Amino acid sequence: MPQLSQLSEVYLSQFLWLAIALGFIFFVIARGMVPKIQATVETRESKIAGDLEAAQKARAAADETEAAWRARMDLARVDAARIAEEAKQASAHETEKKVKAAADKLHRKIETAEDKIREASQAARAEIETFAAQAAQEMVQRLTGITVDSKQAAEAVRAEFNV
Amino acid sequence: MAAGGKIDPMHQFVIEPIFGSFGHNNPFVFTNSALWTLIVLGTIWIFMFGGMKRELIPGRWQVAVEGLISFVDDMVNVSIGPEGKKFLPWVFTAFVFLLFANLIGNMPFGIYAPAHPFTITAQFTFTGVMSLITFAIVLGVGFWKHGLHFFSLFVPKDAPLVFKFVIAPIELVSFLVRPFSLGLRPFIAMFAGHVLLDVFGNFVVQALNSHSAGGIGIWLLSMAFIMFVSMIELLVAAIQAYVFAILTSLYIGEAVNLH
Repeated sequence: MPQLSQLSEVYLSQFLWLAIALGFIFFVIARGMVPKIQATVETRESKIAGDLEAAQKARAAADETEAAWRARMDLARVDAARIAEEAKQASAHETEKKVKAAADKLHRKIETAEDKIREASQAARAEIETFAAQAAQEMVQRLTGITVDSKQAAEAVRAEFNV
Repeated sequence: MAAGGKIDPMHQFVIEPIFGSFGHNNPFVFTNSALWTLIVLGTIWIFMFGGMKRELIPGRWQVAVEGLISFVDDMVNVSIGPEGKKFLPWVFTAFVFLLFANLIGNMPFGIYAPAHPFTITAQFTFTGVMSLITFAIVLGVGFWKHGLHFFSLFVPKDAPLVFKFVIAPIELVSFLVRPFSLGLRPFIAMFAGHVLLDVFGNFVVQALNSHSAGGIGIWLLSMAFIMFVSMIELLVAAIQAYVFAILTSLYIGEAVNLH
């Protein structure tokens, strides 16, 4: 076993090179590089945690905005419904007014027409009465020879018509 | 290696000078052991340097380095507790050194390169010193933090008095054995595994040289066995580094917290 048989020859050399290796690893790597690498890991982890928190906050803000928007939308919807209702009523009112105006106009026209008809019929009647009175006067004179007053004849005709 | 047809599996552990000579225990002689120590050191440094890009979005290499560090960091924090951060440098040093030394010692470089890797962790001068450093830390921390109260580590807390008298000496002995077991464990694992590989490697060569039907059978069997043992060795390389590191942090944790 050379580890034993060589021991007295080599142990100082072995210790020296082991000390160099372990010393370099301990001081340069384990105390120099490892903390820096760990710091990198920690920085990354805190950055990830910060990013997550920021994302959470952004999400909360978005939720809030959405809720506000929803509330505004609800209000607007109610408003819109009210305005539409009002517009509907207004337009119904207008239509009613227009229809009424049109009906009035028509009514007036009908009345005028009726008046005209009435006048015409009265005029026609008066003419008929006059004509009938003259006819009656002539008939009485021819048949009886009696001359009837035109006034009397007109009265008689009117009495006869009014029955 | 087989010298003159004889199997000498111990040859791979012989330390040979590359520059200078041993003389009377010359500490400055540059040996194959020193060379492979520097190769291990360089590999560790290159590996760790790849993690120093310190990018917010890490590449694969950086993830590997950060993973290794957080693995050791978790182990230390679990075993020692909030004070574990102070002891991370030593546990990390021990873990990466053993891990890389064990793995590099297992690499089959001999197939391509002129030299087989020299397994520096198969030298108890290395593992033994590392174990002693761990125990220097354990004793230093224990006595510095708790003074003579540190000896209460050997006395079970809620046991009856009679048991305390029986258990305390056992605990003391088990504590005193720890530096040896801690240092011998990685050494023995690497040593035994490499002897096994060497012996069966020689079987392969000899079986092929025998030019017989039985030789081919032995060759196939030895080959299969070497493949199996090589895989086991890779596992053992990592496990032994892990065991050394976790025992180191457990022992330090005991000294810090006293149970």
